[in-house]
Amino acid sequence: MNELRIGVFVCKCGSNIAGFIDVPAVAEYAKGLPGVVFARHNLYSCSESGTQTIKDSIREHNLNRVVVAACTPRTHEPVFRAACEDEGLNQFLFEFVNIREHCSWVHMQERELATQKAKELVRMGVARVALLEPGEMTEVEVIPSALVIGGGISGITAATALGSMGLKVILAEREKELGGMLNDLYKLYPTGEDAREFLDKRIKTLKKFKNVEILTSSEIKDIEGYIGNYNVIIKEGKKEKDYKVGTIILATGALTYKPKKVSKGKSLFNYDGKNVITQIQLENRLIKGLKEKKVVMIQCAGSRVPERIYCSRICCMTAIKNGMLLKKANKDAEVTILYRDLQTYGTDYEDELREAKKAGVKFIRYSKEKPPSVDKKKKFVSVHHELLGRNIEIPFDLVVLSTPLIAHSDVKKLSQKLKVPVDEHGFFLEAHVKLRPLEFATDGVFICGCAHWPADITESISQALGATSKAAIPLLNLKVTVEPIISYVDEEKCTGCGICEENCPYAAITKDPETKKAKVTEVICKGCGICASNCPEQAIDIKHYKDEQFSAQLKAAFEEVKT
Amino acid sequence: MLEAGRHPNINLLAYSEVKSVTGKAGNFTVKVLKKARYVDEKECTSCGKCVEKCPKKVPNEFELGLDKRKAIYLYFPQGIPAVVTIDTENCIYFATGKCKVCEKFCEKKAIDFEQKDETITLHPGAIIVATGFDMYDPTHLSQYGYGKYKNVITSLEYERLICAFGPKKGELLRPSDEKHAEVIGYIQCVGSRSLKDNRFCSSVCCMHATKEAMLAREHNPRAQSTIFYTDFRAFGKGFQKYIKRGEEEYGIKYIRSRVAEITEDEEQNPVIWYEDTKSRMVKSKKVDLVVLATALVPRKDVSGLAKVLGVELDEYKFFKTDPFTPTDTTKSGIFAAGYCQAPLDIPECVAQASAAAQRAANVVLLERKQSGQLRSQETPARTQSDTTSS
Repeated sequence: MNELRIGVFVCKCGSNIAGFIDVPAVAEYAKGLPGVVFARHNLYSCSESGTQTIKDSIREHNLNRVVVAACTPRTHEPVFRAACEDEGLNQFLFEFVNIREHCSWVHMQERELATQKAKELVRMGVARVALLEPGEMTEVEVIPSALVIGGGISGITAATALGSMGLKVILAEREKELGGMLNDLYKLYPTGEDAREFLDKRIKTLKKFKNVEILTSSEIKDIEGYIGNYNVIIKEGKKEKDYKVGTIILATGALTYKPKKVSKGKSLFNYDGKNVITQIQLENRLIKGLKEKKVVMIQCAGSRVPERIYCSRICCMTAIKNGMLLKKANKDAEVTILYRDLQTYGTDYEDELREAKKAGVKFIRYSKEKPPSVDKKKKFVSVHHELLGRNIEIPFDLVVLSTPLIAHSDVKKLSQKLKVPVDEHGFFLEAHVKLRPLEFATDGVFICGCAHWPADITESISQALGATSKAAIPLLNLKVTVEPIISYVDEEKCTGCGICEENCPYAAITKDPETKKAKVTEVICKGCGICASNCPEQAIDIKHYKDEQFSAQLKAAFEEVKT
Repeated sequence: MLEAGRHPNINLLAYSEVKSVTGKAGNFTVKVLKKARYVDEKECTSCGKCVEKCPKKVPNEFELGLDKRKAIYLYFPQGIPAVVTIDTENCIYFATGKCKVCEKFCEKKAIDFEQKDETITLHPGAIIVATGFDMYDPTHLSQYGYGKYKNVITSLEYERLICAFGPKKGELLRPSDEKHAEVIGYIQCVGSRSLKDNRFCSSVCCMHATKEAMLAREHNPRAQSTIFYTDFRAFGKGFQKYIKRGEEEYGIKYIRSRVAEITEDEEQNPVIWYEDTKSRMVKSKKVDLVVLATALVPRKDVSGLAKVLGVELDEYKFFKTDPFTPTDTTKSGIFAAGYCQAPLDIPECVAQASAAAQRAANVVLLERKQSGQLRSQETPARTQSDTTSS
């Protein structure tokens, strides 16, 4: 290696750092550190003139390593990295030392000690920068086509949107026809549109795109690869075919919970599929026309209970919509909805609730402690009426249970193939519940619709378009860029125990079937370091965060300050 | 915020107003008024020296008036772009022609009293509206005593109080006597789900009340929170689990009731009068602090913006969209995302923002293809919602 020529720039950050730390003293101290050939302080290192000073110094003093002691890398590392690159110095030979958030701002009352700490932090940074190695950003080519798994409204929307962007799309649906749950619905809220007509229109639009290949009766046999380069084997009917895609959207939907029919003992609210049915069965009967006049609906049937504690989000609106349809079809119909909390959030749904009340749909609240019971012999539902403070009996011809949406059973298989997680209820688990609702920690795979969580059609469409937006970015860029801060395996030391593979949250590390050694797929690796810290043979290290770099930094931390 | 601020393709125009929009999808002309900050954005490093030295103190809007800011100020600590602004209405120099203390202390020479408002002309292919909401002012709802009783505050005021960088540094001190609030009542549906005020449900308040009550307990293990609700709306992913945790681990009490009135005792403790529908009794509860979950409503200035954009609003003044093309406004090429088009919480806003981005990108790609700037051989095509007016 060439002679070390480290330059250190200590920032005053106006008074943010200089107000609490003796910045010139820190810069002066840095001059005496091993390998440092130049050190100075700046008023604002990040300003035009500040970065110019850094650039000039790199040139004039022939620096081959740079340390900036200033604020936070979160906002400013790219600025200084760019300054190094401008002068032909590899950006990974730069080290950021935070003496603001980590020092001046937390030690405002202790100038001397804060100054000493800043010196120590700089000393650590210098020890580390000496061992840094140049790295290059790598670009990976992306196959400009997408796979959409699931042909319900979410999948149809995503495939149409990708198709309209001119991208090649494979849409795989497990059933014989597209449409998913929409096939079983009668009319849609809040527009009252016919579900069949709505679906047909959407499918017609989809089919206009010649760049969308629709596969029905299909099953994903295998998926391997990573963002930009997935190999997918899809079995359509009896034939299997290979596809290569760049990104994947999961739109596998959900199922409605169907209570078990019990011959002896009690099923859920005496469900029998005849006089006590589910909301989705009612939709089906509505298509044919309903004879029954007295209808009692029970909300939260099988949800918000210990075994399924979640609220299924869409059932209140479904019940209200169907209640209204019954009233419209037959003025004399008696519809009672027994609910726990009505989930008519937003604007349209609250209005719809008011309309339903006006139309004569009765709403009675029940508590989880005193749920209703269905007496099929006497044909009434008994429920504790909170406002009356006593039980009442409501005669019925038909009881409709609003059962929740539940996760598809094949979610598990898919999640294992793609190495993406599912939650306790079997729905896919996104990368961040608030900020990354459509993504996974693993790049290249996206999620939308009921496979993520119960959602109505409006929400499913929004999510599908959102997932499309995310999935299309790498496809349109035709490449993804990867930082060289990733793990690498010393094959000599690796025993192929597989602990790293098990622990990798991104599925970036696998055992090579031939060499039986761990192998890193660089484009997926995020450099988190879990593999390195778990490796019993210390065969794995993280580039730019190597053990020896950390050790040097730590050793420097505990050296005595020589001032 | 940071990501948007740093993205090479994003040109951030803060402190700006859209003045006019002409043209059509694929080729709009937008005039934006970029208001003078009287500070050079390129030079200012938001070191804070000017703010420290500025002699003029005024109520801080970001902190809802709960503390003071200076006439030269940073809107809030993590704000992007991180540059200060001079408020000319309150600046001593603008009023009297004397002072310029900020200029004297600015080591970057970033203060520029001669700066003028600028009109910037942009030519976007598509426009996304994401203007959010306003908090409903509950002052006229006299039954709750907001504005009359010091210890009745709104949920946003509560958020500022309990925030670590807020006016009380995260100490939950009630306004009347700066005593730590321990017994807290949260009133839901204030100004929402009401025929007199806003008919709609604001969709997020049940959950934020629960979060606020959890925070109260985390700050003070003796805190006791009671949430008075109409229907408890915990319909999002993991929400039921969250309120269960609230009940079991944080001791939050949930009472189904529409609160009738709030009075005050001689020690300025609010007294909540409510009908408990479970026990069918009128009851009262004395608390240290009342937090009103006020409705989240369309922004006051939204009609003006809709006019400039040439798009329709719905009857509530949310940007009108179709349920099945949820981000398309009534004008082709203009999209809406987030609360400005209907009540939504954060994950849905994020998902919808990506949806609007897709719709907008489609317009831009189509335009580029038509003008021969697209690499790909394939043609981005119009989907149904492009051709039909929704």
